[in-house]
Amino acid sequence: MASNDDDTHVPGGATGTPGRLGRLGAWLDARLRFSEQIWPELAHHVPRSSASFWYVFGSATLLCFVLQLVTGICLSLVYSPSAAEAWASLEWLTYREPTGWFLRALHYWGSNFMVALMTIHVVQVFFFGAYKYPRELTWVVGCFLFLLTLAMAFTGQVMRFDQDAYWGLGIGAAIAGRFPFVGAIVVDLMLGGPIIAAETLSRFFTLHVFVVPALLLALVALHLWLVLKVGINEWPMPGRLVTRERYLEEYHQLVAEDGEPFVPDGVQKDLVFSGLVMVALVTCAAVLGPSGPNGEPDPTLINTLPRPDFWFLPLFAAFALLPAYMETALMLAAPPVLFLLAVALPFYSGTGEKSWKVRPGAWILVVTVFVTLGTLAWLGIRSPWSPQMDAWSATPTPVEMVRGRTPLQLQGALIVQSRQCRNCHALGGAGGQRGPALDDVATRLTRDQLIRQVIQGDGDMPAYGKNLLPAEVDALVAFLVTLHPANEPPARDAATLGPGVAGAAR
Amino acid sequence: MREQTLTSGPDTTRRQFLTRLGVLLNVLGATLIGIPILGYLAAPLRRRAEQAWIPLGSVAGFPAGETRLAQYENPFRVPWDGVTAKIPCWVRHVEGGTFQVFAINCAHLGCPVRWFQESRLFLCPCHGGVYYEDGSRASGPPPRGLFEYEVEVRGEAIWVRGGRLPTLSADV
Repeated sequence: MASNDDDTHVPGGATGTPGRLGRLGAWLDARLRFSEQIWPELAHHVPRSSASFWYVFGSATLLCFVLQLVTGICLSLVYSPSAAEAWASLEWLTYREPTGWFLRALHYWGSNFMVALMTIHVVQVFFFGAYKYPRELTWVVGCFLFLLTLAMAFTGQVMRFDQDAYWGLGIGAAIAGRFPFVGAIVVDLMLGGPIIAAETLSRFFTLHVFVVPALLLALVALHLWLVLKVGINEWPMPGRLVTRERYLEEYHQLVAEDGEPFVPDGVQKDLVFSGLVMVALVTCAAVLGPSGPNGEPDPTLINTLPRPDFWFLPLFAAFALLPAYMETALMLAAPPVLFLLAVALPFYSGTGEKSWKVRPGAWILVVTVFVTLGTLAWLGIRSPWSPQMDAWSATPTPVEMVRGRTPLQLQGALIVQSRQCRNCHALGGAGGQRGPALDDVATRLTRDQLIRQVIQGDGDMPAYGKNLLPAEVDALVAFLVTLHPANEPPARDAATLGPGVAGAAR
Repeated sequence: MREQTLTSGPDTTRRQFLTRLGVLLNVLGATLIGIPILGYLAAPLRRRAEQAWIPLGSVAGFPAGETRLAQYENPFRVPWDGVTAKIPCWVRHVEGGTFQVFAINCAHLGCPVRWFQESRLFLCPCHGGVYYEDGSRASGPPPRGLFEYEVEVRGEAIWVRGGRLPTLSADV
């Protein structure tokens, strides 16, 4: 390898009398001008402080991207991007094609690693103030790389042409359909027609393997070019402020006084980390295997519960939790507004302190963002807003709730089961969580309030007035008023005198 | 010498002419190639008007007072659509011989709603949207009722007009 003090030294270029190989090398170099054009770039000086383990996440993300290209090309040798055959070809890949499952697993885990490492890279860049003057454009390009990587993750999910993919496309179309005026046009362009069909998969395939990767390659090249030309961010020191007037001069002085060539001295930690990433990736792929595909994308199989991949769970959860009146506006406006705020960061915070040690605002922002995303993802996994569609027939009423009840109350308990109340309301910890658990509902609502709630519903509960006979409401409420802890009396209407609700006492 | 060619002189008009001709030809070529490409990319928009009457089967298959799952084949299917050409819908036979046919897709985010005969409600598994048996919104996040097909009973068969994924900006 090249020695530290001779930067123009060409690796592989033999010294002394050149042999056959040396002459070939010299000839290639004469034609390619490697030692003249490329080597100085690789050996450019970087601040010694930047050769840190904190600076390895960008190159690790790039490594994942390259691996995704390799495994993706391998998968495309077998995968059939046709709506009629995609699912079957994935089954073949997973179960018949030798090591097909492993390539699928590598590609799936590679995408997870890429998004994860990219996220760490962004946070590091943010904490180290690397986006500040003069690296604004590097940050802007990076933001678009982030977006394109998420686009790869989303379109990749569609490649796994299964029920989740089909209904995920349906969700995408439903969101697109909310655009005012142009909604229908956006839906048609997204689906390649008026309905999810063959052209939908074909165009997502085109995006996933041609368009987005090509854009990624171009922007990665630009990102790296900028890192080379503007120089890697130095280790930030509290009190060393960035100013437009003096920064470049200070940076060049720092590199001249305390710099080292990127190759070979600055690249060692990247090498070590890249190796570790590959080992971890292979381990995940081998142990955890590929993801899906789940059921065939047959739209008539409606007993399905669509779930997006992990990285889109926060979005999925947010869509479930937004209040109806702001739902459409936030679905359509929030993502681009947040993205633009991120892109514009170096233009409203481009100078001043770089170090995370003296930027409490950075900490607050990062912690807020990740607590929010983490909470939403966790909620997305649990999806408490989803009714449990089989709870009415699969989760029996706890025995202690029906023991010693009157025939009327038992009739009510039957109604709770048979009318799907349990799909949204839990009893004894089992059942849906869409509505409140009914275990102690009698302590919260009086008999009259229960009748009103059952008959009229509210925004979150359907009105059962149309769907239950008066006698059935009677029986149902007779059962519900028994649902209170033994040591806690049922709710009483302060307006009525006397001991409260007749028939409620045990 | 070069400066001269860029400004004026007897032999610069030829260069200027060639430059302009080159730019013009390239713009022309790019336009000739670009217009059909744009038209090709916009092709999905032209298919939008397509709607077709589709038979859902005999009236006898849908007893009065019941709501049943039916399916039809996308009338605009292509051979490589595979199973995605099968489209489900809910058919409600209202007492008295009239029919309502609902799209499977929830008006909130398009998930497939399920019918529960016992409580006479449609429930969406995704975010808990609920609809009454007549398709009107009962509760939850949907901003409207279920999307409803145009229905006709021709002789003994039920026909619906469809072929489109319903969203808030385009009904079935």
